[in-house]
Amino acid sequence: MPNMSLKKNEMPVQEPDVRNKNFSEVALGYTAEQAIDEAKRCLNCKNKPCTGGCPVQIDIPAFIAEVAEGNFEEAYKIITRSSSLPAVCGRVCPQESQCECKCVRGIKGEPVAIGRLERFVADFHNANAKEAPEVPASNGHKVAVIGSGPSGLACAGDLAKKGYKVTVYEALHLAGGVLSYGIPEFRLPKSIVQKEIEGLKALGVDVETNVIIGKTLSIDELMEDYGFEAVFIGSGAGLPRFMNIKGENLSGVYSANEFLTRINLMKAYKPDSTTPIQPGKKAVVVGGGNVAMDAARSAKRLGADVTIVYRRTEKELPARAEEVEHAMEEGIEFKFLTNPVEITSDENKWVKGVICQQMELSAPDESGRARPVAVEGSEFEIEADCVIMSIGTSPNPLIKSTTEGLETQKWGGIIADEETGLTSREGVYAGGDAVTGAATVILAMGAGKKAAAAIDEYIASKN
Amino acid sequence: MFEILEKKCLNPTVTLMRINAPLVAKKAEPGQFIILRTDENGERIPLTVADYDRENGSVTIIFQVVGATTEKLNHMNEGDCLHDFAGPLGRATHTEGLKKVAVVGGGVGCAIAYPVTKKLHELGCEVHAIAGFRTKDLVILEDEFKAASTKFILMSDDGSCGEKGLVTDALKKLIESGEQYDEVITIGPLIMMKFVCGLTKQYGIKTIASMNPIMIDGTGMCGGCRLSVGGKMKFACVDGPEFDGHEIDFDEIMSRNSMYKPFERKAHEDTCNLFKQEVK
Repeated sequence: MPNMSLKKNEMPVQEPDVRNKNFSEVALGYTAEQAIDEAKRCLNCKNKPCTGGCPVQIDIPAFIAEVAEGNFEEAYKIITRSSSLPAVCGRVCPQESQCECKCVRGIKGEPVAIGRLERFVADFHNANAKEAPEVPASNGHKVAVIGSGPSGLACAGDLAKKGYKVTVYEALHLAGGVLSYGIPEFRLPKSIVQKEIEGLKALGVDVETNVIIGKTLSIDELMEDYGFEAVFIGSGAGLPRFMNIKGENLSGVYSANEFLTRINLMKAYKPDSTTPIQPGKKAVVVGGGNVAMDAARSAKRLGADVTIVYRRTEKELPARAEEVEHAMEEGIEFKFLTNPVEITSDENKWVKGVICQQMELSAPDESGRARPVAVEGSEFEIEADCVIMSIGTSPNPLIKSTTEGLETQKWGGIIADEETGLTSREGVYAGGDAVTGAATVILAMGAGKKAAAAIDEYIASKN
Repeated sequence: MFEILEKKCLNPTVTLMRINAPLVAKKAEPGQFIILRTDENGERIPLTVADYDRENGSVTIIFQVVGATTEKLNHMNEGDCLHDFAGPLGRATHTEGLKKVAVVGGGVGCAIAYPVTKKLHELGCEVHAIAGFRTKDLVILEDEFKAASTKFILMSDDGSCGEKGLVTDALKKLIESGEQYDEVITIGPLIMMKFVCGLTKQYGIKTIASMNPIMIDGTGMCGGCRLSVGGKMKFACVDGPEFDGHEIDFDEIMSRNSMYKPFERKAHEDTCNLFKQEVK
């Protein structure tokens, strides 16, 4: 008999007033009993609407059925047929707009907690799996992957499993891309990310850090001098956007990228880190995405009073529902329908406040979301000594500007075939945020997997 | 790992290191920079490339001990390895078509002014080099500058070597005496570059200033190094580090560069104390 409870098994979490002062993971994960109980809520629908909602089509009812039986390793095998990073995706996927929003149980009550079950299965495997992965026999072909974020890791993993000799090039000193520099420890522990990377290395993948493709080496050199038969570009969308309003260069104003990189990559929150950070006493975060939530919750943990200003309403927040909920519980103030027009300065060119306008929603724009329009004469100032701009990122032009014949969109995204990732250059594939602009971990991972399959086909067809 | 092949003290606070980094050496050009970390928990700091040897794969850096990381770096020796060394980053100095240039360096900035001077000299450009230091003990690369320039003027604040006065005094004198430069290139403390640019603006001489702002990744990702140039936001790491000096908002970047001063001072003191304990 299925478990007909209308509610999900609750996720054990650190108490809000405790966790908003530390950087340890917020959600603690299901126990085996909770996982089995939750798995029994699944009705095992024949037409699997949840799988249709998953960007990489994990056979969700099949893995959940194994969890319900206590066969956690079997469940893991089913997930990893489709996903390369289950411990990551179980934590950071926006399940409420993907698999879980299609769940039949969600029509009356809450959907099955698919994300939490995925996380449980991956964590169980990581804690208990003993056998080292089998290193596949080499097929003698070399592929280079640029960037060690979700798309690059997924692409490298799939190719390595097919016997390719893969080298991943990373510009920073640590692999993981946005998983390492962007998403905070309290949401995605860095030990999990490094475990995924260790797993790839065990498959024979080489990871070269400190190599900036477009500067240290070019794609042409990789293909001509280094003997790579194909290249996958997964360089992400790393360039921070600003609003172009007065005062954005004042001291105390950060891009969310800088603020989070100081914290996550450089560990500025630890007393022994030599990288400084100035979260201030009163921080204002501009934006409503996951990155804005991450920045706000990080600033809170460093002792600041934090206000998020967002120009639409709570309903339009692009962040995951859970992150918004957690942020609110942790004492972060939200000012909706609010848009900054100027950052004000004290006599030392430090931030003193943010002048904002009240907004109201009008007809939907091209993105389908209601367009915010300023209410005239509604300006007011919020006091702040730290401002974090979190209004999105664009692809980095370094590779485009050093790779002849690589076509890009006007806004910088690399033009690539949706199914294969093939770019305008033979043998050069691309995927993830470098192609789509800032999106999700799971979409990037899916693009990396598709490109791996296409690269395999391309190299096989040539030989 | 990036081995320190050679270490040389140029003056009591300025050190030269030659680092084994073949990939960086292959591509580096004057004006570009690298980012290094001394150890696994170290911060990332940008340093401008002072020289490179493509044949033996080494890159030379010259740094002044100003904070925790440069203090740690200065305690490393030949045979030790830097944890990370990435580059070359930023755009190279534009040298094409220049016939006559004045290079104005100040303090440790002369370490960066030198490779540009050398390159211009090798290209057959007439180079007048002006190097300014606080006092005699701090002078670096004097012989090298002399060998790579058609005219070399040494200035010191206290008159203990060369002529007494500021680099702007020397530059003004040259311009007033009728020297006509295609371009002035200035590298040194922000306040010095601000005054050099102020001077050349009066005479309408194009001036390039090399910026060294606070930076983390060096690839355009963090935006920490942003500054206003001609009223537009630029990232020093990818758009620079060299910009039209007449367009730079120096006051703004001076303020941004001092954002972490109290933290830096404390971190430096803590590091010094650690080294003192080790000595005991």
